Amino acid sequence: MSVLVNKDSKIIVQGFTGKEGTFHAEQMIEYGTNVVGGVTPGKGGTMHLDRPVFDTVAQAVERAGANVSLIFVPPAFAADAIMEAADAGIEVIICITEGIPVQDMVKAKAYVNERNCRLIGPNCPGVITPGEAKVGIMPGFIHRKGTIGIVSRSGTLTYEAVDQVTKAGLGQSTCIGIGGDPIVGTSTKEAVELLMNDPETEGIIMIGEIGGGMEAEAARWIKAHGTKPVVGFIAGQTAPKGRKMGHAGAIVGGHDDTAEAKMEIMRECGIHVVSSPATIGATMAAALKK
Amino acid sequence: MNLHEYQGKELLARYGVPVQQGILAHTLEEAVAAYEKIKQDSGSPFAVVKAQIHAGGRGKGGGVKLAKNMDDLKTHAGNILGMMLKTPQTPGGMEGLGKLVRKIIITEDAYKPNFESCKEYYISVLTDRDSKRNVIVYSVKGGMDIEAVAEETPELVHKEFVDPQLGLQAFQARKIAFNFGLQGEAFKNMMKFVTKLYDAFVKSDATLIEINPCMHNGLDEMIAVDTKMSLDDNALFRHKDLIAWRDKDEEDPMEVEAGEHDLNYVKLDGNVGCMVNGAGLAMATMDVIKLSGGEPANFLDVGGTADAQRVEQAFRLILKDPNVEAILINIFGGIVRCDRVANGVVEAYKNMGDEINVPIIVRLQGTNADIAKQIIDESGLNVRSATLLQEAAEEVAKALQPDDLTKIEGIGPKIQEALNEAGIKSYRKLSVTSAEQLKEILKSFPMANPSTWSQQADMASKGKWEELREWQDKLIGGVEK
Repeated sequence: MSVLVNKDSKIIVQGFTGKEGTFHAEQMIEYGTNVVGGVTPGKGGTMHLDRPVFDTVAQAVERAGANVSLIFVPPAFAADAIMEAADAGIEVIICITEGIPVQDMVKAKAYVNERNCRLIGPNCPGVITPGEAKVGIMPGFIHRKGTIGIVSRSGTLTYEAVDQVTKAGLGQSTCIGIGGDPIVGTSTKEAVELLMNDPETEGIIMIGEIGGGMEAEAARWIKAHGTKPVVGFIAGQTAPKGRKMGHAGAIVGGHDDTAEAKMEIMRECGIHVVSSPATIGATMAAALKK
Repeated sequence: MNLHEYQGKELLARYGVPVQQGILAHTLEEAVAAYEKIKQDSGSPFAVVKAQIHAGGRGKGGGVKLAKNMDDLKTHAGNILGMMLKTPQTPGGMEGLGKLVRKIIITEDAYKPNFESCKEYYISVLTDRDSKRNVIVYSVKGGMDIEAVAEETPELVHKEFVDPQLGLQAFQARKIAFNFGLQGEAFKNMMKFVTKLYDAFVKSDATLIEINPCMHNGLDEMIAVDTKMSLDDNALFRHKDLIAWRDKDEEDPMEVEAGEHDLNYVKLDGNVGCMVNGAGLAMATMDVIKLSGGEPANFLDVGGTADAQRVEQAFRLILKDPNVEAILINIFGGIVRCDRVANGVVEAYKNMGDEINVPIIVRLQGTNADIAKQIIDESGLNVRSATLLQEAAEEVAKALQPDDLTKIEGIGPKIQEALNEAGIKSYRKLSVTSAEQLKEILKSFPMANPSTWSQQADMASKGKWEELREWQDKLIGGVEK
């Protein structure tokens, strides 16, 4: 099992022939990911990285059977790319693009909700099921196939957690980067729920940040429905109120979205909360032994 | 991007939202001319002088004054222009230094024609993260802090969520007007007001529009009297005319400089600088600094390319802050190779020569981390390397151990104690403290002469012990002959 992507996923890249798209598609193919083609409007009918290029996502679905799409389209056009993928019947849409206008995402999210698909991101590192499919920009080699599911709003901090899990002798089932924007396609709770229902996942690491109410929502869901140990960390304990910390969504607005408030709620809901990001892996290993 | 009140009002007026009329002034002369015009247009000698800075609560610090005649106007405009205005939202709050007022607006008195019948409402539009929809928040209790209203009388704060695909519907505008308890002309005017306000929010790609107060005047008109507005930076590409409205005077100069180098930097008050790739890891690194006994001096995301040039820019930026006593570099190399980053650090360090006078801890993890550690360890530079985050944390704690200030000629154990108490624990901190400041701290040591201490400390901080010793040989009791 695992969730969202696996060795049978038929993956396309939107923005395939661009610099970013090309570089990461190459890395993914090298990892062994089943990339069946890509989309660049106007370049349909050509080949790129030994794979077909299509003009539209609909063509890629029809001719290559694509069911997962990874988006590298520039911010001004990314929401449109998300809606195109949703309309074409793509089941899992993963958007890497950072800097999409909020109002574009409000519309795209509503559009996606009405269709039978799941959006991950934007502004995320992607999703990886180690040993099967790397669908994103994460470094493949730090991962190892295993039983720990990871959900995170950040990129390099996720790699940090992955690395610690691997060094603790464990591996990962699926790592889901949900993204650092204020409006994301899949919430922390939804990603945790996927992993909680995955028989291969034995423990979950949930990494949040200041800003918004997603971690509190996930914690309450875990308290009511959780069946596996969950280790949690919230970045930004030292961030001042009202200042945006890099990610568009990482800003403390009120009392409820500080790191302390979130960690307190998570503790109350039975999550193993670590105050130092250096102890995520060790805490997971210890929680599994209990 | 935050807008000034006058900019927000100009933008709202473009979308047909009725706003209080006002004229911008940078000087007393301009203020006088503005007042004449406002007086003529409004037919009233009353006008309001409002400081234009990016912070709310301006009235509390004396930044908003009513002028009843030209003499008043001159007094208030003269006082407000150039003042350091303190509000609860300026850095340090009412106790802080305040913000310099460079411009003011002279506005009509919105409370005419009938002061008694004026009502103040609160209306804002923003994007709600949980529902992923735009929402109009409103209350009959305007003119005060909405958070306080929400706490004391939550039943008086209403929210209207808008369908992203359909936009604001007529029934919603009606509902809002009914909830304000309005009828007749006032009802119609409120419907128009919220409809146009919502239109302005979406079409200008705002992240927040707050109208507080929205004035319901004696003629049953609705007028935006104060406006707080922020635009989505990511959407400015489709509002090119608004980019020029950015006021760099209102931003931290170091953050402006960082932005020019494409570095994402936020200045903080602590003593340990940091340089990290990725926003989440940067925040986590700040947390590690705190847990190690320090306080983060900044947030700094160097992004995906941590080459020598960027590392050097980041070093220079961090070292401009006199409070920095150590720097932690934390890079998780995925696509970026750690050995490249290590070479970048070494090269930047060498380029900067004498300028680096604080301990540096470099933690590189990920691709080629082993080679990177070797590069750092063999560089011969005053850099401590670490691989695990935990090791980096321990190194930070070590680096923050107080320096032995008694190595500075003229400083004995008692004076060292007094300096430590004043927060001077490192050679670097001492090196950036002037002799005058030191004399102030050492009032109870009238014999102490700190004239050479900062210079001695500067050598100590850079590890130039030989040079320091030679110089100390020439000093008598730490004083030049």
